[in-house]
Amino acid sequence: MAKITYHTHNNKTYTVDVQKGLTVMEGAVQNDIPGIDADCGGGMACATCHVYVKEEWLDKIPAKEDGEEDMLDMAFEPKNNSRLSCQISVSDELDGLIVSIPSKQG
Amino acid sequence: MNKTDVLIIGAGPTGLFCAHQLGIIGLNCEIVDNLDKAGGQCIELYPDKPIYDIPAVPECTGEELTNNLLKQIKPFKVKFHLNERVEQLKKAESRWNVKTSGGKEFDVASIVIAGGVGSFEPRKFPVKECEKFEGNSLLYSIKDKSIFKDKTISIFGGGDSALDWAIELSNISNVNLIHRRDGFSGAESSVQKVKELNDQGKLNLFTKYQIDSVSGNKNIESINIKHDEGDIKEIKCDYVLGFFGLIMQLGPILDWGLNINKKTIEVNTENFETNINGIFAIGDICSYPGKLKLILSGFHEGALAARGCFKYAKPDEKLRFEFTTTSKAAQERLGIKK
Repeated sequence: MAKITYHTHNNKTYTVDVQKGLTVMEGAVQNDIPGIDADCGGGMACATCHVYVKEEWLDKIPAKEDGEEDMLDMAFEPKNNSRLSCQISVSDELDGLIVSIPSKQG
Repeated sequence: MNKTDVLIIGAGPTGLFCAHQLGIIGLNCEIVDNLDKAGGQCIELYPDKPIYDIPAVPECTGEELTNNLLKQIKPFKVKFHLNERVEQLKKAESRWNVKTSGGKEFDVASIVIAGGVGSFEPRKFPVKECEKFEGNSLLYSIKDKSIFKDKTISIFGGGDSALDWAIELSNISNVNLIHRRDGFSGAESSVQKVKELNDQGKLNLFTKYQIDSVSGNKNIESINIKHDEGDIKEIKCDYVLGFFGLIMQLGPILDWGLNINKKTIEVNTENFETNINGIFAIGDICSYPGKLKLILSGFHEGALAARGCFKYAKPDEKLRFEFTTTSKAAQERLGIKK
């Protein structure tokens, strides 16, 4: 179990316990946190689970696989700390992770 | 007016297999899809990616799966209406009247929504003022490239559409290609070509830049692009093109009075009918306890929904359950000659 904090674009903050093995995307969807659409269901095929990872966590998350950066080209306002939340698996090391959700997913 | 038994909305794998199941039980159907080809997400999102969980098919790509499904429904001569989005459903006595974005009308006994996560629409620029120019000097697709002759065009994106159009238009226009990073997702040969053209001064490549603002009165006159490190460049141009792929939108489906929960339509698992009699939903767009968003689940749902459609198309007949291995009627419908 890891505590993950999601900041939404309208300045709401949700901190939830997400089980190990789930992704940061699933943590949001299962807890009804708005702003993560995940249209393709975690297939790295749509970029609608785009989040900004708080800088200090960036190097603690496993690096992007091939294809994630390509999908981020399609995301709404991508930045250097952009990730697809379906590609971040929750582990004990990520306890305390903070991500922000962009104002839109498409 | 197109009159048929069932209208299927969505030509993805689930919709295609439902057409097969309708054909087997002797019902006619037609299929509407907003894309220009059949296959849905399989074709649009992962035509080349292998799928490993289709029963009895150890491995196939989205494109192969689509082609096989099209082959499987060939005997039923299903009519496709592509590049059309269903806009309106209206009950007309015991049947339904359906209207599409292209003005086509259908008179059907029932409707099967196999719409995935909605219809594919182009992804747009994040900058609000872009809307003002959309359709005249800011475009997300190209219908007539001659309008760009001798004009200055700013193209955004890093995939094949952006690269291919940049190369193509560099012959007749002054092209700027702007992309958010140094890497591209498009074909390597196109990336090389773009770099060559840039070196030869035949197009201007700007990487690590994104759109910051657009200005102009009726038409775009200039745009500002912003580098990762913050510096802003002004570019004078006549047209702006954005190629950021497609996004799925539920669109008009939201207005049909269906029970919708988290962008999915609630159904019963007996025949996948929605809260409205005669409207069924199958595949990724439907939800029920235990729903898995797998293609194989969509096939099962389509088989049951097809049988659910029967009583609306043929209210005076009883549907008998039969196997394709032994049913003469099914084999005849499949065009099998013995």
